[in-house]
Amino acid sequence: MARSVSTGAKIGWSVAAWVVALLIFFPILYAIITSLKTEQEAIAGFSLIPSGTFENYVTVQTQRDYFKPFMNSVILSVGSTILALIIAIPSAWAMAFAPTKRTKDILMWMLSTKMMPSVAVLLPIFIIFRTFGLLDSRVGLTIMLTLINLPIVIWMLYTYFREIPGEILEAARMDGASLWKEIVYVLTPMAVPGIASTLLLNIILAWNEAFWTIQLTTTNAAPLTAFIASFSSPQGLFWAKLSAASTMAIAPILILGWFSQKQLVRGLTFGAVK
Amino acid sequence: MATQNTRTLARLMMAPSVVVLLIWMAVPLAMTLYYSFQNYNLLTPMNVSFAGFFNYQYFYTDPAFFQSIWNTLLLVLGVLAITVIGGTAIALLIDQPIFGQGIVRILVISPFFVMPPVAALIWKNMIMHPGYGVFADIAKFFGLQPIDWFAQYPLFSVIIIVAWQWLPFATLILLTALQSLDSEQREAAEMDGANFFNRFIYLTIPHLSRAVTVVILIQTIFLLGIYAEILVTTNGGPGYASTNLTFLIYRTARLGYDVGGGAAGGIIAVVLANIVAIFLMRAVGKNLDK
Repeated sequence: MARSVSTGAKIGWSVAAWVVALLIFFPILYAIITSLKTEQEAIAGFSLIPSGTFENYVTVQTQRDYFKPFMNSVILSVGSTILALIIAIPSAWAMAFAPTKRTKDILMWMLSTKMMPSVAVLLPIFIIFRTFGLLDSRVGLTIMLTLINLPIVIWMLYTYFREIPGEILEAARMDGASLWKEIVYVLTPMAVPGIASTLLLNIILAWNEAFWTIQLTTTNAAPLTAFIASFSSPQGLFWAKLSAASTMAIAPILILGWFSQKQLVRGLTFGAVK
Repeated sequence: MATQNTRTLARLMMAPSVVVLLIWMAVPLAMTLYYSFQNYNLLTPMNVSFAGFFNYQYFYTDPAFFQSIWNTLLLVLGVLAITVIGGTAIALLIDQPIFGQGIVRILVISPFFVMPPVAALIWKNMIMHPGYGVFADIAKFFGLQPIDWFAQYPLFSVIIIVAWQWLPFATLILLTALQSLDSEQREAAEMDGANFFNRFIYLTIPHLSRAVTVVILIQTIFLLGIYAEILVTTNGGPGYASTNLTFLIYRTARLGYDVGGGAAGGIIAVVLANIVAIFLMRAVGKNLDK
């Protein structure tokens, strides 16, 4: 039953909520607006109305080869997520459908690997990567991103798989379905939504990862995080252009993120809040 | 139900992830531990020798060490305070009957999806810049002297940026928890004549406490490792004013080429993270039993 609320109260709450929401969103909005300004306008004081030039977007590409780090981001985030899923799906599946006494301990141990501060293993990883020629390589960074996100992937998949009722398997078995048919026709359709959610959240996490991607790359394999970070002292690339590069860097993930609100809660709290 | 066969199969299915994570956890950590007892500088890689506890002593007696620990604490606690209090308030606000709740929600959670270097640079250049930033524009509008945020309040500025990034996370989780609050329970309380304040104290807060615990623990894990935001804004300065432990270790290891010192700092960071991790694991583990 919906609570009955007076229209006046609703308008009051709405105004308050919209003001707060717009304030929180403002820095992003302002970056988008600035990306449509000329460099002179960008530093000419507060203004929400840009002249509407798309020149910055063109310049970022022609002067800085924006496409390269963008593609690196795509390759690294999608590649590492798929690699993690390949390793994680069988594992989560086994723990969800054939749990043993030790399953809980294994899950907790996997989670504990996520608690290790990255900086603590910076030097060993750097030295290993240098030894094997993996510095500034997409292969090396894909492996790295797979490793740091693997525990979250396994956990998310586990919480989804665990919700698939075991009875449905027994029913299929009673009907004489073979193990293969059971997997293809019964389990897979039920598992796909969970796998898709995991995929989505992990692409977001990998896309925004900003420690290893900055530490282990220089130019060749540098994704957008490293590319943008290299403009911390903006010589040659000014605010309007930096805003254009930033807008393009966050837009795809922002849109993916809007679709993954629920999964985000679940994935990042390891199923503790649903 | 589990036969010997399925058990063997289950083990085989789990093997790749267990082996990969075991190597990932054990090898680099063992190397860090080993390096922490060596004199090893990347500039003079030929002169490696046993150092005993010298690296720890060196790290411990470095004045920057205590400042970085203090900064780490302030950063974590400051961000937690802002995000938990702000997140609760915003979650309660969005949970009210409002027009366009879906869009409000999307606007509020957006900062979480902005990659750290972009978030930090937007704030640094367009919001907090002493000459051209929005804050400076506002100050000038009121005839005040604009504040040079990153020079005068470097750590506070970093806290603001990081809090902006994590506020959506806290809000979203607390909102999810709020919305799972049984509406019948809420109505029953209303019928019993509990006013808004009483309902908040006796119903909402106990219900949210679990979500708040989760928010605090998970954020702490991530906040201990804040790096990119500092790198692109203050670079740890002025002096060590905005250097946290992560950044100090990075400085020692990568900019000072001091493998031994960096490793000793790394081990200290592991110990600190483990203290937090123990609590988090308990909270998550409890949920697993249900």
